[in-house]
Amino acid sequence: MERFTALETKAITLPQANIDTDQLIPARFLKHPRSEGYGRFLLHDLRRDASGSPRDHPIDHPTRAGAALLIARRNFGCGSSREGAVYALADFGVRCVAAPSFGDIFASNAVKNGLLPARVSEADVEALLTSQVVAGGGRVHIDLSAQTIIAGNLVVSFAIDPVWKTQLLNGWDDVDLTRAEQARIDRFRAEDASTRPWATPHE
Amino acid sequence: MSKTGRTLIDKLWDAHAITTREDGTSLIWIDRHLVHEGSFLAFDQVAGRGGRVAHPQLTFGVADHYVPTRERALGRGDGDFAQMLRQLEDNTRRAGIRLIGLDDPRQGIVHVVAPEQGLTLPGLTIVCGDSHTSTHGAFGAYAFGIGASEAAHVLMTQTLWQKRPKRMRVAIGGTLGVGLSAKDLALTLIARIGADGAQGHAVEYAGAGVRALSMEGRMTLCNLAIEAGARLGLIAPDEATFEFLRGRAFAPKGDAFQRAVEDWRGLRSDEDAEFDAELSFDASDVAPTVTWGVSPEHAATIDASTPDPASFADESRAEAVRDALAYMGLAPGTPLTAIRIDRVFIGSCTNARIEDLRAAAAVLAGRKSVVPGLVSPGSLVVKRQAEEEGLSQIFQDAGLEWVDSGCSMCVAMNGDSVPAGERCASTTNRNFKGRQGPGSRTHLMSPAMAAAAAVTGRLTDARDLLAGRV
Repeated sequence: MERFTALETKAITLPQANIDTDQLIPARFLKHPRSEGYGRFLLHDLRRDASGSPRDHPIDHPTRAGAALLIARRNFGCGSSREGAVYALADFGVRCVAAPSFGDIFASNAVKNGLLPARVSEADVEALLTSQVVAGGGRVHIDLSAQTIIAGNLVVSFAIDPVWKTQLLNGWDDVDLTRAEQARIDRFRAEDASTRPWATPHE
Repeated sequence: MSKTGRTLIDKLWDAHAITTREDGTSLIWIDRHLVHEGSFLAFDQVAGRGGRVAHPQLTFGVADHYVPTRERALGRGDGDFAQMLRQLEDNTRRAGIRLIGLDDPRQGIVHVVAPEQGLTLPGLTIVCGDSHTSTHGAFGAYAFGIGASEAAHVLMTQTLWQKRPKRMRVAIGGTLGVGLSAKDLALTLIARIGADGAQGHAVEYAGAGVRALSMEGRMTLCNLAIEAGARLGLIAPDEATFEFLRGRAFAPKGDAFQRAVEDWRGLRSDEDAEFDAELSFDASDVAPTVTWGVSPEHAATIDASTPDPASFADESRAEAVRDALAYMGLAPGTPLTAIRIDRVFIGSCTNARIEDLRAAAAVLAGRKSVVPGLVSPGSLVVKRQAEEEGLSQIFQDAGLEWVDSGCSMCVAMNGDSVPAGERCASTTNRNFKGRQGPGSRTHLMSPAMAAAAAVTGRLTDARDLLAGRV
């Protein structure tokens, strides 16, 4: 997993609430293997019309090229558990989403892919959205250790689950952590089979 | 040390925690893992790491997201859907995972099939790469949706690292009025607390209003927990749960079943258990509820009108309402009963069980639908039962298409979709922009309400059409 420590980047703004994972990546694109890259599917139906022509969506604006921070309103990534929503953001180049709240499954998927879901208060999100630096395509500084986003004179702090923070800072891989617990897992399994015999599928 | 009781959520958690790290994260044992066509991303990750499936006998495959519902033959051959189905067949066969596939008489939507086959039981942890896995909580299971990376982790280890969720109890008193259902109850709750109102929480639904629900109704309620932002929803098992499960294919049999029931009776929150959040409301206050916007929280009772953005003090809320109404093609202050629909869809893991089809048929019997529509039963088992009960005949006589089972027009991945700009009265779970197809407009409602909309061609109080019938 890619580490996340600090980042200096331009920002994309999506001043909407409830940006669901169906909008982040419409279901019809979920057939593709990850190896093909998911960046072109990000917000596809907002960025393109029915014929596939660009709609001049703000995230495609040349002044935002290479932006790794996305700022949005509450309940970002609600809905479907599709990890493709995170792949689309990550492959587009987004490393951090700042919003007042996130869909639980989305946030968990994000961390697994080294993407930081930074929880910022509603007031601070509004401040970021109207910041001259952000609006002008200037660079914003994100620091995970300090849990701050700095845009010019504006310093905003964000919340992140401490476990996720450690994981992102270290780039820890869950499977490796779990394999270290194999003996405990085997013991649990053996004991559990006798205390909950009904838990095994019967036929 | 003071002794406080434990919630059902805590009891299930404690029974599955293998080890807990200093940071509070626990490694949780997973009793059942359900996979579908979309799980290929997880299988790819396992293969990419050179891993293998640790406990194939605890994993079950079900084909649902891409299965054609009108022309089953499209599931074979070289097309996109066939390829997705073949991929699931290959991945499950290679790993030794049992599959309820396209040609299996038990096929259907994973969240309908697993309870039907007794794969869902009280006290189990159940995961699936699908957010509506919360459905299984209706049986007192700890069931939640996961992403592809987590699914890969479960395939390789049969465990997951999880943080103990906050606990919320939603106490529902009273009983629902005639013509109302768990769907109205759930939409009422979401409208009240918001699409993120239960974020970070596991929700236990309790109270007489919940006990009075059938297992089908409980599944609808728990299914929609995710639309309130909850990690999962669950209900303590009771006699109705045990009766539903008795004799199901994969459930324990005979003495083993009795032993299981004895254990399952302990799966309830202690009297003195404390929750992080509590909410209560009365089912007898619930009225038929439909959505008017692009989030399940955009819901209102059928006698209401669309909101006026100008009436919101908060500019970001006003903007959200303006944007939703613009997408839906609706003016502020439009009475909901004046909204005309173009088609109807009765199906999905939310509302395609036998009871749902009976409720829709009670409205449609002897009547015609004035719009085209699709009825896709939740499973082939439900399909056969509906045919035996004469429900399919009622739908067909009304002019609706009676098709095979799958996720179908709820997620529009299998070719069933709502054309751009069209308005669909739908028994599904998400009215997101483009959910039922690019440019589609969705109004969520109960099966009875969808049937009533089919008859009149506009959003309608189903109770008006049920007078003298129920």
